[in-house]
Amino acid sequence: MADLLDAFQLGVRAMFAYQAVFFALLAIGLNLHFGYTGLLNFGQIAFAMLGGFGVAISVSKWDLPFWVGVLVGIAAAVFLALLLGLPTLRLRADYLAIVTIAAAEALRLVFRSGGSTELTNSTQGISDFNADFLSLAPWSVAKRYDILGTRWSGGELWVITVGWTLVALSCLLVWALMRSPWGRVLRAVREDEDAARALGKNVYAFKMQSLVLGGVFGALGGMVYAVGTGSQNPDQYQNANTFLAYGALILGGAARVMGPVIGAMLLWFIIAFSDSALAALVSGDNSFFGLFEWGDLLSTTDIAYIRFIIIGVGLMLLMIFRPQGILGDRREVMLDAR
Amino acid sequence: MPADQPHGATAASQQPAAQQSAPTAAPAAPARLAQAALRDVPWEIGVAKPDPAIVVDGVTRTFGGLTAVSVDHLEIQRSGITGLIGPNGAGKTTLFNLLTGFDQPNSGTWSFDGRSLGKLSPHQVARLGVVRTFQLTKALSRLSVMQNMLLGAKDQRGEGFFRSLVPGVWRAQEKANTEKALDLLARFKLDAKKDDFAGTLSGGQRKLLEMARALMSDPKVVMLDEPMAGVNPALTQSLLGHVKDLREQGMTVIFVEHDMDVVRDISDWVVVMAAGKVIAEGPPESISQNRAVVDAYLGAHHDAPLTVDEEERVLAEAAAAIAREEGVSGEVLSSESTDREGTQR
Repeated sequence: MADLLDAFQLGVRAMFAYQAVFFALLAIGLNLHFGYTGLLNFGQIAFAMLGGFGVAISVSKWDLPFWVGVLVGIAAAVFLALLLGLPTLRLRADYLAIVTIAAAEALRLVFRSGGSTELTNSTQGISDFNADFLSLAPWSVAKRYDILGTRWSGGELWVITVGWTLVALSCLLVWALMRSPWGRVLRAVREDEDAARALGKNVYAFKMQSLVLGGVFGALGGMVYAVGTGSQNPDQYQNANTFLAYGALILGGAARVMGPVIGAMLLWFIIAFSDSALAALVSGDNSFFGLFEWGDLLSTTDIAYIRFIIIGVGLMLLMIFRPQGILGDRREVMLDAR
Repeated sequence: MPADQPHGATAASQQPAAQQSAPTAAPAAPARLAQAALRDVPWEIGVAKPDPAIVVDGVTRTFGGLTAVSVDHLEIQRSGITGLIGPNGAGKTTLFNLLTGFDQPNSGTWSFDGRSLGKLSPHQVARLGVVRTFQLTKALSRLSVMQNMLLGAKDQRGEGFFRSLVPGVWRAQEKANTEKALDLLARFKLDAKKDDFAGTLSGGQRKLLEMARALMSDPKVVMLDEPMAGVNPALTQSLLGHVKDLREQGMTVIFVEHDMDVVRDISDWVVVMAAGKVIAEGPPESISQNRAVVDAYLGAHHDAPLTVDEEERVLAEAAAAIAREEGVSGEVLSSESTDREGTQR
């Protein structure tokens, strides 16, 4: 029982850790793309990678101040969005999906290739770029703090403070945009592009604006992740993260301002809770009603996989019993899209 | 306009003569104008109209080997209702798509109010005041009826990315648009549904919503692609009333329709297409007697009696065919062939 409580505590801690911020920002971007505009961006992680490496390279390779690195990261994400959007946004939705998924994988491979060692340190990764950022913290980053029974280092606390502020501001921005006529056009584009065109809306421009803004949210996520881990390695940006972010978005409810945030927090609770709960189950002398020992059935290395199986099953159940996600409107989701 | 009638009546009781004649005469007048203007126009293909809003010149569109549209010259009279009819596959919807920029032609030019629409994209055409509806209704399902309507309004300040973040810039305009939308919804009897998702409306209500939404932009030309398809007869009457209203407000209406009664009832001018070409145009009463039209709908040689010469020629051809066939395939088919010969006699 004490193990379970510990696992619960770790789960709650993970809800607020910088990984959750990372996924929340990825999912906020995807929400803008997929939830509101109907764009299928399957390479959101590429925007995050440009954000993270934008900061890392600017600071450690070019000796630029931290905030310039942030601007470089954002500019890189805007550039990528334009590059991907220009040829594909006039075409059907699937083409953007194909191009983004390919670009995400290609970019990661380019960043880790030997040829780009000079800039990205290849698979070695870049570290020592977040000192400037941590020095801004109003409290000591080396000290440890106890908050409601969870332990945080001062540095972590500073990262998540800035991170959650960013999330809050992003949500505020999305909320302000979506209640405006601009947001109404985005939703019209999602429902039917041709109808929006027939009403005099420049669909291409709206889709491009949405792609760029969502990409910038992704880049901000990457930056939070970069300062959170303190090191940047291209292999941290596997495209599986894009789909986990989609999972978070659907879990929380697409086309809802708070959907991606709730979804990302819940996703990380499930991951962290099942991780430590399963670890406790396997390590102790726990038997399944005296029939077999859990420790004989599962090894500690299985746990990393099993927690994702749990998430997968959970998502399936969610789709069957609550397709609108946690915050969604069932009537809206059940409507025929056409 | 019917909604205005009681108003006019009460006003008339206080101020006789002049006031009374105005509201009753006004709605009918423009309709007669368009009809009167077209009265002296000859019933010829590509004939020039007294006051054309849209002029089409040599527009062709081919899909592979199929020529979907090939219109040499066509003018659409302003402030009139022009019906566009023709059998399935005649190219009516393709012509609509070309005129509104949803499709690009292989050749040709067309203009609206003297302004060429050739290289414009759909949203630019719409902004000039040429709006269309679709054959398969495009209600934006997961937007409310009211949001659908507001989307139709033109020149919205709040649709710019940065301006949308400052509500003060667009709130007044939004309020005015909302009032206009409520007005239109009341006219189309959809006001009770304004907060429902458009996806919950019936097929006929969606047609109404699409038309009302198009009117939000105060268009000059309204192009309706089969506005009555799948609408129940009771609703058809009210839809017809709305279409006539548009003409009375001075809009130019072009509509595709298959129901000949509807076409006869409301059009000032009818254009008939078949196999991509305009095969006839004229006032509705001229169309049903038009030989080319009857041929297009029923097939060229539907019930014309054979002359003796023709009959002999057909029989001779049949006999030659049978002879050829017997020469090739021999005994097995011969009995069948004689049967066929028998039926042909």
